Amino acid sequence: MTTDTKKETQIIVDPEVPLVRIIREFDAPPEKVFRAHTDPEIFKQWTGPNGYENEIETFDCRTGGSYRYKSSGDGWEGWFRGSFHEVRPNSVIIQTFNYEDIPDGVSLDRIEFEDIGGGRTRLTSTSLVDSFEGRDAFIASGMEVGVTEGYLRLDAILAAS
Amino acid sequence: MVDNAATDRLSDVFAALADPTRRDIVTRLARGDATVTELSRPYEVTIQAVSKHLKVLEDAGVVSRSREAQRRPVHLEAEVFDLMTKWIERYRREAEERYSRLDTVLEAMSDTERKEK
Repeated sequence: MTTDTKKETQIIVDPEVPLVRIIREFDAPPEKVFRAHTDPEIFKQWTGPNGYENEIETFDCRTGGSYRYKSSGDGWEGWFRGSFHEVRPNSVIIQTFNYEDIPDGVSLDRIEFEDIGGGRTRLTSTSLVDSFEGRDAFIASGMEVGVTEGYLRLDAILAAS
Repeated sequence: MVDNAATDRLSDVFAALADPTRRDIVTRLARGDATVTELSRPYEVTIQAVSKHLKVLEDAGVVSRSREAQRRPVHLEAEVFDLMTKWIERYRREAEERYSRLDTVLEAMSDTERKEK
């Protein structure tokens, strides 16, 4: 535990249900964190891995809307898309998420914006897929694939085991 | 770019741990090696049933059994969990990086609003 006012991202990998849950608090009220998710010009500035650029083709963040964008970096590029199933202002976004090269690998995401007082927000993002294999592939690659130190270390561990 | 062998292995581990009895067995083994008889004791099941669970755990690489010793104690392969922990930590760290950028973006949003007022 640290005394830092900023809470580090927490992750929960459920053993019973193929889901991953990520929890993070922000020094901004729910309206603002929500807008950072629904306004494509803002969204593209922070989504994806560090150093990647996002190019948005469609981004209609309302109930029944859809999105499609390209993420590129490290000599790699990929398209992502999904549907916004339910969008409730400053409260919740329920959407699908898919990396187009793996069309069957669709996750159902629920993003909750919770007012925790003092102008702060707790964001809880839950991604559910239809199999443990899918969930684990999601963790192993996610969309955030990049040649990182951790990845290389993992290769070394696998080679040794 | 996905290491399929590693992903399959991770899936085997998660699948093996999806069962509550097997998770219990793993918790017990975290305290030290044990024989099948010792592992069967707390459960209302036969030694054969526990052996079946152990087979699943063994196939996933979660536990191993000594071939030499007469008692054939079951041993927990701790590095499998290190591997899982590393994958999960990497995923968490990537989310943290993304949200750190969102922190910066949110700060910039406040500034813009102040200028507009």
